[in-house]
Amino acid sequence: MKCKTCGGKAAVNLKQHRLALCKEHFLEWMPEQTARFIKKYWMFGPDEKILVAVSGGKDSLSLWDILWRLGYHVDGLYLGLGIDEGISYSEESHRLTEKFAAERGLKLHVVDVEKTYGHSIPMLAQKTLRGHGKPCSVCGLTKRHEMNRIARDMGYDVLATGHNLDDEAAVLFGNTLTWSQDFLLRQAPVLPESDGLARKVKPLCRFYEKEMTAYAILRGIEYIYEECPFATGSTSIYYKELLNRLENDRPGAKMIFYISFLEAKSNGLFVEHQKVKPVLNNCPTCGQPTSSTGECSFCRMTNKVSDQSSVISLK
Amino acid sequence: MTVKLVLRDKEYEVKPGMTLLDSLKKTGVLPESVIASRDGELILEDEILRDGEVIKLIAVISGGSGD
Repeated sequence: MKCKTCGGKAAVNLKQHRLALCKEHFLEWMPEQTARFIKKYWMFGPDEKILVAVSGGKDSLSLWDILWRLGYHVDGLYLGLGIDEGISYSEESHRLTEKFAAERGLKLHVVDVEKTYGHSIPMLAQKTLRGHGKPCSVCGLTKRHEMNRIARDMGYDVLATGHNLDDEAAVLFGNTLTWSQDFLLRQAPVLPESDGLARKVKPLCRFYEKEMTAYAILRGIEYIYEECPFATGSTSIYYKELLNRLENDRPGAKMIFYISFLEAKSNGLFVEHQKVKPVLNNCPTCGQPTSSTGECSFCRMTNKVSDQSSVISLK
Repeated sequence: MTVKLVLRDKEYEVKPGMTLLDSLKKTGVLPESVIASRDGELILEDEILRDGEVIKLIAVISGGSGD
């Protein structure tokens, strides 16, 4: 297969676009397309300060690399989750993220959840009922809280995450199976800022996961290849596999599923529902917005765990 | 007379002369879920596999809470 641009040997075949590209032209095409989507969805302007949430994985490190190459003012945020499970998962992710930042002279903020709140993610999951023993729910809640806290406290205009099209299509698929209106309504490439909530953007939302892997490899980005040990058997991975089977038979199916959803939504699919806006209050402990009238879910969780620890230590 | 496909801790053996796509179909690996490399270079589904070579398959799916 030949590169559509130069006729050289292709390294990547983007079937959904009927486009094959060599290494050199694929590495040019990815930042160009990212810039196009940033403009198309009004994600951010050239002078805004961006905080990119990095996990050490292929998507977030590639996003940081692309935004940096495009000339944006972009710093990184790494959250130390304290996941070990015999493979030093968090330690290795942290090492690779630090290495990436150091090689490019980029600024990285690091928040260690255990040092900050007294408990790692697996410990928090054990001590709360949230997630029924699986830490993914606690992890998601903690990441949302901490990403917003750092973006807001450090004066960033926008928080960028490395969600790719497969991530978005899997979430959409799950929410469509149950017709979860609230979640469908909130799923978008951009979530605008509101009082206390940073603007969130997903500049990679139009790229397949396969493309992101190819970008990381061809760019020479060293990323954590091991799966999060707690993600094994997760519903999101199951949905991705199902969608990939569909994609295999009908190239472009994932892209059409996601983009058609965005178009249908912008054409008013959820207009009636949009009239009801949730009332947000400020959490009395951390000050972040919450739909609760008291503390936010994160503060309730950490306080509950602290109370339990006090009782255990008194015993 | 074999070609070895390696995906994480799994190994598959296929006959040389097949395309990468046919070898993936034969081993039950979904082509959409992997990227293949030969000697550090990415190869595409129409590539003919040669006797004695080792093809590294790189899983592309990652997941979790999605936050």
